[in-house]
Amino acid sequence: MSSRNSILAALRENQPELSVLPSLAGPISVEADPVEKFKTLATAIGSKIFEVITFDQIKEVIMKQFPAPARIISSFEELAAIAETDIKVINPHLLEDTELAVLKAQLGVAENGSLWVPELNMMQRVLPFICQHLALVVYKKDIVSNMHEAYQVLGNSNTGFGAFIAGPSKTADIEQSLVLGAHGPRSMTVFIMS
Amino acid sequence: MKDHAELSEEFNKDEPRVDWHDETLWFIREKRDKAVHTIPEWEWLRETGSQIKNNVLSNLSVYLEQFELNAQANGVKVHWAANAAEHNDIVLSILKKHQVDRMVKSKSMLTEECHLNDFLTGNGIEVIDSDLGERIVQLANEAPSHIVLPCIHKKKEEIGDLFHEFLGTAAGESDPQVLTEAARQHLRETFMTRKVALTGVNFAVAETGEFVVCTNEGNADMGAHLSEVHIASMGIEKIIPERQHLGVFLRLLTRSATGQPITTYSSHFMKPREGQEMHIILVDNGRSRQLGRADFRNSLKCIRCGSCMNTCPVYRRSGGHSYHTAISGPIGAILAPNLDMKDYADLPFASTLCGSCSNVCPVKIDIHEQLYKWRQVLVKDGYVSPVKAISMKAMAFTFANPTVFEVAGKSGRWFMKNFPSMVSNKLNPWYKEREMPEPPKESFREWYSKNRKKP
Repeated sequence: MSSRNSILAALRENQPELSVLPSLAGPISVEADPVEKFKTLATAIGSKIFEVITFDQIKEVIMKQFPAPARIISSFEELAAIAETDIKVINPHLLEDTELAVLKAQLGVAENGSLWVPELNMMQRVLPFICQHLALVVYKKDIVSNMHEAYQVLGNSNTGFGAFIAGPSKTADIEQSLVLGAHGPRSMTVFIMS
Repeated sequence: MKDHAELSEEFNKDEPRVDWHDETLWFIREKRDKAVHTIPEWEWLRETGSQIKNNVLSNLSVYLEQFELNAQANGVKVHWAANAAEHNDIVLSILKKHQVDRMVKSKSMLTEECHLNDFLTGNGIEVIDSDLGERIVQLANEAPSHIVLPCIHKKKEEIGDLFHEFLGTAAGESDPQVLTEAARQHLRETFMTRKVALTGVNFAVAETGEFVVCTNEGNADMGAHLSEVHIASMGIEKIIPERQHLGVFLRLLTRSATGQPITTYSSHFMKPREGQEMHIILVDNGRSRQLGRADFRNSLKCIRCGSCMNTCPVYRRSGGHSYHTAISGPIGAILAPNLDMKDYADLPFASTLCGSCSNVCPVKIDIHEQLYKWRQVLVKDGYVSPVKAISMKAMAFTFANPTVFEVAGKSGRWFMKNFPSMVSNKLNPWYKEREMPEPPKESFREWYSKNRKKP
């Protein structure tokens, strides 16, 4: 018998009587002002927040912090003047010298300051991880209260890959001292657009 | 093999270090409390998480088949491993097929359980662990001492010495910022040059065939997205039924583990990247057997947050290595005897049964009750030293017989008063590290019969 079949047979033999799945309708707290809560939580986990209305404002912030010749990559055509906007055919290893990536988040989650980025918005899967700094743009209307609401929005969409990203990469493995910039981005900027 | 008591004794030789270890872990427990108290529905979340896991255990075979079907439809290759050896062979065969002799790995306690690194090294494969804490213990040639904080037992000066020797940092450099930067540079080079990456799995969803990997450092993603082949190893109990259940578990996991609201990265792998090969290895290694033990099957609900370790008064003062198994602490002490009752018979006794572990467990595993039940099984089946077994039998007999109990108490008090050296000596394990208490003049029973109101 293959291991597959022997494992499944042992499980069928040993699993207890079927117990029902609980309902997820519970006393879940909903934020009165999800955007404010998001800002508080995102700041607490090390993200920098800018509330903006136009892409010109985003450009201004970026150009101040990442002056040329920093390599900037973005999925936004609006930023074509300061960023590469087409990297589809590039070998992912060639993104190693990316200073800043500016990508679109599909939604933000108030309770933990995280943002969902599906593969389609990443340009390349490795980009939001390999860049030295990451900026995500989220629309105000796309900020939800909690993870339950987030998964309701996502449904069962099969995007190949996707991630909740919450702040810059970090570690506290050495004596519990928090260090930002473990293997991924050293900083995270969130542009909240009206 | 040294047992928990002997290994703890070694750890306890350095008292300031024990105090530091104890306080560091308690600090994390306090961070967990703060995070938990911001969620009014926390207890509902725990109960819901627990019930979802009960459902999973009662329907595991069906969910695994469903997961396999959906993962295959997503273009992922699914393997089944009955035990550690088969898991390791599968990994090796994938590496051989691609003619690769080096691999980068992110955190996976399952591969620790399977001793994958030793196996691969023995077969000429170089493995580099990419989680900072795991890399540190790997350089020190040690095992992780905690499932979430692998090098929590190490001082920064010791890490500085290791990095000086292996990564060329300046002698005496122990600033965590500088050391982390050195590791970042060293591991970037590793990520850029390895064709095969292995990751663990935090959750796998039957309904969608996807799996979720949680890290703070981004190491799992760096490895996986730069590799040509991604291997994900998971214990079969990591399955959850539906994607929406991730909402419950991702809320519970990191708040319980470190007090953060969520890990920096919660990565959902559905399909391989274009041109990439993706494998999932479903590993049993005793889990189906544990599922058949009604008293212990709840241990399979564990989501590996480590909160039971951070809160445990024994773990905090004995260190993770004293458990001599991949998963240490209270949860490890109920998982390990399932793997080998003889080798791990000491572990269920490494507890005060205070119940703090069960109180913080995000999926409400009755950890301290299972520890107590394992003790009974292990004594009954003869896995405990004869001295301990006889003294436990004598204790049970004494407690069950009021007359014997009274005589034993009286003679105990008399001996302690008149011949203190008979109890306060090295032959009595209770005397180690302790002063024996002053014997009371009379027992409660004697006091009560003197003082109670006569009817």
